[in-house]
Amino acid sequence: MFADFLQFLISGITVGAIYGLVGLGFSVIYNASNVINFAQGEFVMIGGMASVSFLSMGIPMPLAIVLAVVVTTFVGFALEIFAIEPARHNSVVSLIIITIGASIFLRGLAQIIWDRNYHNLPAFSGDDPIKLWGAALQPQSLWVMGGAGIIVLLLWLFFNHSILGKAILATSFNPLAAELVGIDTRRILQISFALSAALGAIAGILVAPIALTYTNVGVMLGLKGFCAAIVGGLGNPMGAIAGGLAVGIAEAFTAGYISSAYKDAVAFVIIILVLLFLPSGLFGRKEIDKV
Amino acid sequence: MKNVIFNKMSRLIVVTAGIIIAFTSMVHSKDAIKIGTFLSVSGPASFLGDPELKTLKMYVEKINAEGGVLGRKLELVHYDVQHVAKKAVTAVKRLIDQDKVDVIVGGSTSGQTMAVIKLVEKAGIPFISLAGAAVITDPVKKWVFKTPHTDILAAKKIFNDMKENGWNKLGLLSGAGGFDKSCRKSVTKVAPGYGIEIVADETHGKGDTDMTPQLTKLKNAPGIQAFMYCGFGAATSIVAKNFKQLGLSLQHYQSHGAGSKSFIKNAAGAAEGARLPAAALLVVDALPDDDPQKSVAGAYRAAYEGKYKDAVSTFGGHAYDGLMIVVEAMKRAGSTDKEKVRIEIENTKNFVGADGIFTMSATDHLGLDEKSFVMVEVSNGTWKKLK
Amino acid sequence: MMPLLKPRTGGLLSLMVILVVLPLFFRNAYHYDVAIQSGLNAIVCVGLNLLIGYTGQISLGHAGFFALGAYASAVLTDRYEFAAVGAMIIGAVAVGCLSYLIARPILKLKGHYLAMATLGLGIIISIILNQEEELTGGPDGMPVSSFSFFGWDISGNLTWYGIVALVLLFTVWLALNLVDSPVGRALRAVHGSELAASTMGVDTQRYKVLIFVFSAVLASIAGSIFAHYSGFVSPAEGEFFRSIEFVTMVVLGGMASIFGAVVGAAILTILPQLLASFHDYEMMVHGAVLMGVMIFMRRGLVPTLVHFIRGLRK
Repeated sequence: MFADFLQFLISGITVGAIYGLVGLGFSVIYNASNVINFAQGEFVMIGGMASVSFLSMGIPMPLAIVLAVVVTTFVGFALEIFAIEPARHNSVVSLIIITIGASIFLRGLAQIIWDRNYHNLPAFSGDDPIKLWGAALQPQSLWVMGGAGIIVLLLWLFFNHSILGKAILATSFNPLAAELVGIDTRRILQISFALSAALGAIAGILVAPIALTYTNVGVMLGLKGFCAAIVGGLGNPMGAIAGGLAVGIAEAFTAGYISSAYKDAVAFVIIILVLLFLPSGLFGRKEIDKV
Repeated sequence: MKNVIFNKMSRLIVVTAGIIIAFTSMVHSKDAIKIGTFLSVSGPASFLGDPELKTLKMYVEKINAEGGVLGRKLELVHYDVQHVAKKAVTAVKRLIDQDKVDVIVGGSTSGQTMAVIKLVEKAGIPFISLAGAAVITDPVKKWVFKTPHTDILAAKKIFNDMKENGWNKLGLLSGAGGFDKSCRKSVTKVAPGYGIEIVADETHGKGDTDMTPQLTKLKNAPGIQAFMYCGFGAATSIVAKNFKQLGLSLQHYQSHGAGSKSFIKNAAGAAEGARLPAAALLVVDALPDDDPQKSVAGAYRAAYEGKYKDAVSTFGGHAYDGLMIVVEAMKRAGSTDKEKVRIEIENTKNFVGADGIFTMSATDHLGLDEKSFVMVEVSNGTWKKLK
Repeated sequence: MMPLLKPRTGGLLSLMVILVVLPLFFRNAYHYDVAIQSGLNAIVCVGLNLLIGYTGQISLGHAGFFALGAYASAVLTDRYEFAAVGAMIIGAVAVGCLSYLIARPILKLKGHYLAMATLGLGIIISIILNQEEELTGGPDGMPVSSFSFFGWDISGNLTWYGIVALVLLFTVWLALNLVDSPVGRALRAVHGSELAASTMGVDTQRYKVLIFVFSAVLASIAGSIFAHYSGFVSPAEGEFFRSIEFVTMVVLGGMASIFGAVVGAAILTILPQLLASFHDYEMMVHGAVLMGVMIFMRRGLVPTLVHFIRGLRK
């Protein structure tokens, strides 16, 4: 019985860490611009697909991964310059539509550059499961959990202890005031898109050995990552991870103990309940209406 | 300011108008035989539609290079309908009314096919579906045919294998898609006739990345002797990985949805020992030389893999069979008259295709039986024919 | 101002003329199909635009209401032999009740949190439609019988076109009146600043709930008509992407513009048909068009055009 419980927990944490990693990207962009980037899932996809394709060209794995992150970062940067920058004064909803358009565009592009098949990225430290009190764990899960932990720590340091990070936060709170104290808000937006694309790519690469990668992989992962970011409280990287874990564990235990058919539905019911009782998510800052 | 807006606007209008004119004035050659198709080329079922479209394109080209059919060229008219039934309905209306195609070969999923049957029947146009569900041709509809094996045949094949090994308790896992659900239904329906008991029946959601909770539950089902997964695409490989991760000591079965090299490749070794019913196409090399399918399936595989540098899958095979059956029927009918072609499709006898040897009749619009499936096992990273 | 630029008289009249003249250009069932689909989408979008454009509340779950309406008609007529009109009304009332029940708690949420909650709601509906195979036919969908109205089976493209056109006109008329009524003024106040509006004694919550329910019921009715017209429903109708599509139509056409919603719906229904010839490049072009329009016409098509025409007249 305990072994089963542990197995469900392991599955929940693995999946939750995946959602959390994807959710981080949402948080970073939201922090800088109050925009929800619906193309975040596509960054995840590009990271995974690009590393698979670099690998198949015979480039060694570590280099392939670095190249994939660089490529995705560049895509994020380009997205900001060509699509977000010219629309900077648009309403939030119209910015959302732009990111949705970008997501369709990037998926279409990926189908042309790569293919419509699904691909595996070799696990970083082999496929032999680790046994734990009767439960089993894929070594790659440790990479995902560790990766999520390290990234969230780095982000925390970045936002709280670096000038650039603080500038991003300042831009989010009040762009005009930020500009007045000499922050180049345009530059800040570009950096945050590039950063969040890099985070998405890293998530996509860490996850690919478990979830595989294909041009549509970002659709569902993006959606679940969005859930993670919202449940945790938008704009809070720590919250995104916590939100991801909450969603992932809820899914795994529902599948294990209640009904696997309705596991996704149960996860969403929980999300809605969380929002009703904690309207700004688990760790979000309370929004106050400005007059 | 006004001028800036005006410039922007006029440019936009010119571009839009240009696009519209370009695509409405596209002239189709009048004397070509039009083959209409609608497939899931993008979206979650692109795994099916992509090889199907590639196959159709390649063979239409090839047939045209060899002089066409009845002295006329073939022209392929295609619409991508993703996985959405409504888009299939619109596409078929367009094929029938706008493009005035002579025959339709398409429909990657059963949902799409079922959604358009009414239209096709009303218009009276021969339609060969590339989808699996048995309900498509059972009961028989006058104008509707199909080439893929049904999941009922797949289930029977697997149950035969189980019985030979003395297993009768099966744990089932299926996904949330149409293929998955239809497969699950057939397995549950056929099981009692073979004395097979379904001891666990789990499902997973769309785009799920980890199925270990479901597999853990299956593991605990009392008396379970074998495990089967109903689904296709990335999930087949993920399930195999999770199966290995948990170290389950059951026989691992997959449905014919895993009938693609990608399943083996992407499971990274975890697919070893898995068995599934597949078309002879997957195990061409293992067929005896006197097997009539060997040369046909072998030629198709060589052509596909040569042109697209990608492993052949059974899904492309469905499209090959569909197109060829139509072409043969037109040749026999000596015209593209819809009723004549329909009758000749029905008269298809001993047609050797990638999926098997077809013999259709007025009461059988599929024309395949269990024998067209071979049981294969994954061994050393490739398919091995059992028995 | 010229009366034709006045939405209530001129706009409605022009829409009527366009709807009457349009069939003259249709040559086959496919043309009618695209027009009917556009009309049905437009009905949903007019309602949704009241919510997004006038109250400033976003919903990423309206496809769920559309699908509920469609399935209410499909299941009740097919499995329980209800009359088509009865099934449609039951569907609309049920969706109305459901949306009323959830509206109050859910509309307390703001911005992206509201988006998330409505999104979750839509996804839950679509999962139920997928899973309850006995009732809904599962992911492969189910056939729907034709719409019979006191012994008269509605069939034929022109008839369906006429029905959808009438319902659309009525919806637009209703929406225009709503916007011009005291309710509408209160709504605009809510959009401007909810805090200020509530301080001035406007019961903001009540109006938001009202519009939410109204738009959900419209979606449900459009869904019911769709089910009978198309003769087939599948859970893809309730998917998250459909909800996004509806919102995109509203924003593209122009928020807070009733005719914008109609234009946006028509354009985004026709666009994929035009792009079909791009084959492999279809998705890329589709995405690029969405981005392009939003970047260059940030208020949406219709408001930008109206602004432009007014600018010319000055």
